[in-house]
Amino acid sequence: MLALNLTAFRTIVRKEIRRFMRIWVQTITPPAINALLYLVIFGGLIGSRISEMGGVSYLTFIMPGIIMMGIIMNSYANVSSSFFSGKFQRSIEEMLVSPVSNLTILLGFITGGVCRGLLVGFIVAVVALGFTQTVPAHPLITLLVATMASVVFSLGGLINAVLARSFDDISIIPNFVLTPLTYLGGIFFSIELLSGFWQAIAKLNPILYMINGFRFGILGSSDIPLLHTFVVLLLFILFLGSIAMRMLSTGKGIKG
Amino acid sequence: MNGEKALIIHQLHKTYAGDVIALKQVDLEVEKGDFFALLGPNGAGKSTLIGILSSLVNKTSGQVHVFGHDIDKHPAAVRKMIGLVPQEFNFNVFESVANIVMTSAGYHGIKRSVAAERTERYLKLLDLWDKRSAAARTLSGGMKRRLMIARALVHEPGLLILDEPTAGVDIEIRRSMWDFLRKLNEEEGKTIILTTHYLEEAESLCRNVAVINHGEIIEQGSVARLLSRAMTQTFVFDIEQPAKATGHQALGDGIQLKFMDDQLEAEIPTGVPLDSVLDFLRKENIQVNSMRAKSNRLETFFLQLVDQD
Repeated sequence: MLALNLTAFRTIVRKEIRRFMRIWVQTITPPAINALLYLVIFGGLIGSRISEMGGVSYLTFIMPGIIMMGIIMNSYANVSSSFFSGKFQRSIEEMLVSPVSNLTILLGFITGGVCRGLLVGFIVAVVALGFTQTVPAHPLITLLVATMASVVFSLGGLINAVLARSFDDISIIPNFVLTPLTYLGGIFFSIELLSGFWQAIAKLNPILYMINGFRFGILGSSDIPLLHTFVVLLLFILFLGSIAMRMLSTGKGIKG
Repeated sequence: MNGEKALIIHQLHKTYAGDVIALKQVDLEVEKGDFFALLGPNGAGKSTLIGILSSLVNKTSGQVHVFGHDIDKHPAAVRKMIGLVPQEFNFNVFESVANIVMTSAGYHGIKRSVAAERTERYLKLLDLWDKRSAAARTLSGGMKRRLMIARALVHEPGLLILDEPTAGVDIEIRRSMWDFLRKLNEEEGKTIILTTHYLEEAESLCRNVAVINHGEIIEQGSVARLLSRAMTQTFVFDIEQPAKATGHQALGDGIQLKFMDDQLEAEIPTGVPLDSVLDFLRKENIQVNSMRAKSNRLETFFLQLVDQD
């Protein structure tokens, strides 16, 4: 069974990568263009009028958050749209009638989401290098935080797709939850600028921990202790992972 | 273990949300190597039954064994043994034909080198090899059906389940698919279960049949035995000039004639020869241009069964 599931896992990952590479104009280029615009407008034009933030230039300060935003949004979008398209076209049935285990299905989709998230993150980082020649202070921590955050949002995308009944349903969470939380998660500002009450509120936002953990990996400093970032990431992976497994096991939203 | 049976269903029950009962304590057995038809009107429960066999629908209660494997205890073993050709197209229409078959093989744990060989074999057998690089959305309806058959066969299952496989395909393709399925059953020994609206298809291909209506199996047995139980068969005679007689006329031995403008319908009980109808036509000087069965015998019997139910 292990050999069967390894082959099936590779098949799902290959299919997922083939899907987002086939439509690269929709999946890969927009985040790069968005990042370019953020860096030009916020980093270059507006940022040049701001002295420093977190001990570095404003452009350098916002760069990790912009990369992380690309990773979060694209990991989520990849799994939610791929899984929901599979439901919509009923091609998900190919998997359900096969002996592949639910865990393999979950890992296959999550790995697909992580691949797109990290690819977009890499491209945005390359774009950012044109503005600020910052080399990651802790490359392994950078990669680990990026990968774990990508897993969290891939899991979120899968849960959203299982529950969704229309394409509108898979755009609600990114538009009304993820985008506000990402913008309020410290991409463009240090939470030290906030008063005590608003700092406490901001710390309820899990994305704050991911962006700051990633910022620590790149810049070597952050508003949040690194341990907190890893605890939040791990808890979310376990929590969302168990929900996703439960959904796949019961067939809720997938089977008749 | 029930090694000799391809399928054993015992007391299978399915209730959907809203207390809609789709299957009521269904019992069904299919022999290994059989070519089996599951007949029933729309909404009878055929697709639910097939959905449960292929893990797409969760059953409410009951047991299912496929080649001796319990669907609850060994779901992966059961899924390995079943190839499903669903009623509606369920592949990614943006993928290429070869990728769809290769991906399905991958889900079944088949290595890429073996999957590539089998993909070539089944696409060639189903006349799709030339289309291997084409996106599935560009295929005709008949090609899409054949693609789903190739995909269902790539893991070489012992039991092939086809849900209305020839719906919407033209006669020529339907006949070639029949030949293909017959070969699979006779030469490769595959057990085949099909549901169909074309009763001619069941009569022509299948050895055994079950009729399902309102979620219950109302008749089950060999096609030959069921046909022998068909009570009447209707023949249509196209006649040269309108007959003098009109309306209905009884002819003895239970034969009923129905006169229309340039047609005569004769309803003849099973086992009664046509002779008395031909004698009548000769005696009345009615010239016959052509003659045909109004519907096939299985269709007649099916309608009788469903009407009684």
